[in-house]
Amino acid sequence: MPSVPRFWRNIGSRYNLEGTRCKECGEYFYPPRNLCVNCRRLGQIEPYKFKGTGKIVTYTVIRTAAEGFESQAPYILAIIKLDEGPSLTAQVVGDPEKIEIGMKVRSVFRKLGEGGERGMIYYGTKFIPVNT
Amino acid sequence: MRDVAIIGTKSTKFGELWDRSLRGIVVEAGVGAIEDAGVSGKDIDALYIGNMSGGRFIEQEHIGALIADYSGLSKNLHIPATRVEAACASGGLALRQAIMSIASGYSDIVIAAGAEKMTDVGSDEASSALAAAADREWEGMAGATFPGLYAMIAKLHMYRYGTTSEQLAEVAVKNHRNGCLNPIAQYKHEITVDDVLGSTLVADPLHIFDCSPITDGASALVLAPAEIARKYTDCPIYIKASAQASDTLALHDRRDITTLDSTVVAAKRAYDMAKLGPKDIDVAEVHDCFTIAEICAIEDLGFTEKGKGGIVTAEGETAIGGRIPINTSGGLKACGHPVGATGIKQAVEIVTQLRGEAGRRQVDGVNYGMTHNVGGSGATAVVHIFSRER
Repeated sequence: MPSVPRFWRNIGSRYNLEGTRCKECGEYFYPPRNLCVNCRRLGQIEPYKFKGTGKIVTYTVIRTAAEGFESQAPYILAIIKLDEGPSLTAQVVGDPEKIEIGMKVRSVFRKLGEGGERGMIYYGTKFIPVNT
Repeated sequence: MRDVAIIGTKSTKFGELWDRSLRGIVVEAGVGAIEDAGVSGKDIDALYIGNMSGGRFIEQEHIGALIADYSGLSKNLHIPATRVEAACASGGLALRQAIMSIASGYSDIVIAAGAEKMTDVGSDEASSALAAAADREWEGMAGATFPGLYAMIAKLHMYRYGTTSEQLAEVAVKNHRNGCLNPIAQYKHEITVDDVLGSTLVADPLHIFDCSPITDGASALVLAPAEIARKYTDCPIYIKASAQASDTLALHDRRDITTLDSTVVAAKRAYDMAKLGPKDIDVAEVHDCFTIAEICAIEDLGFTEKGKGGIVTAEGETAIGGRIPINTSGGLKACGHPVGATGIKQAVEIVTQLRGEAGRRQVDGVNYGMTHNVGGSGATAVVHIFSRER
């Protein structure tokens, strides 16, 4: 897991799905970008808080966990396309047998992982199927 | 621009080389390539080395200087030595830098090497170092692993095109069969589809036998301007194209999850540069870090239609003796994947095929060969085309 400052400086985005939007072309960015990929220097970036609803583009069930996520395995990792357009990588909370591509999901605030037995606990956004 | 040729090659044994150091294996590969080329140290103008993560794997940066030093090219000769990095595409990038250095006229005889020493750390540390090829902040911090990212590509490929776990397994089966014929390969035993499907699930649908291993190894090439290549060898192998392309670092930002646009674009640039098409390629080394990666590669390089990669693999079209033999070296899966070395090893294999020196894994009638080296989940792709004719 990351150092405290590295995690802390993105807390707004990680806790509340705060991203950005380009006023020039209208494209939304999550994770946030400070330079529009379409307009580059001519873009006008402003903050945008995402609604937190979207659908599963693809997913996997991770059995061999990433460092810091061992206690959660097996866990569902997915690429989620938010309703506003951009996609992100996040965990989905639920029964791995019942997850499907195309399923609608919404964001929830959850524990992400921990920095060892005495380290800090990291929180952030995961997703759950909307019909549960 | 000047035409460029490869005049010497050498790879060390690939595997878990507990008794060897990074500097030891690079010197073995470098000296071997120099002997193969018949050049002397004082002829060498520059050295490029692909190395992904010396800092994480052996706590050593400044790899260019280290290698030049232990190759005897520093103390008296002071040659410029540069390490290049693009995760698993570092080797392909080192080759491209060497080609550009000669093509531009800056250098004549240049070494392009690649090396990684991965077993000096435990497998958790190695996996974490490899995960740094993805977006640490927005993929890694969500719990993504490298197999997990490719598993998500596989899942969507299966959903859309009907690709099966059995078809994925056929990639590993073929590459192990080829690895048995390659003296340097890490794994020299055949496996079956059932072996793959019965192995531990790492990230659905990928099993441990769908994944390339952790490997130590080094490879090196000696390159020269085409006009003087025959001074050194009777069989120079000419570079017909060198192309590179980038894409978004994170998988979730791609235009299409099941297509590596970096591969599509690098391949198009390479085909245009060589004035060739996919049908002209007789043998190719592609980046099979996972079985699904080979399926996507043969589609994105134009060897088969999108979605048909699994079918043509199961039908044997990519086996030695098939329509387009892929990964005759055993690929990353069976020959092994010392990340920084892989792009150079792929070129060593294609040169060996074009020289007709591949022994029991020789493909008949080879005129054009290709290498395809990918960084991360597809943020970098490097494609080279090689020929016996200038």
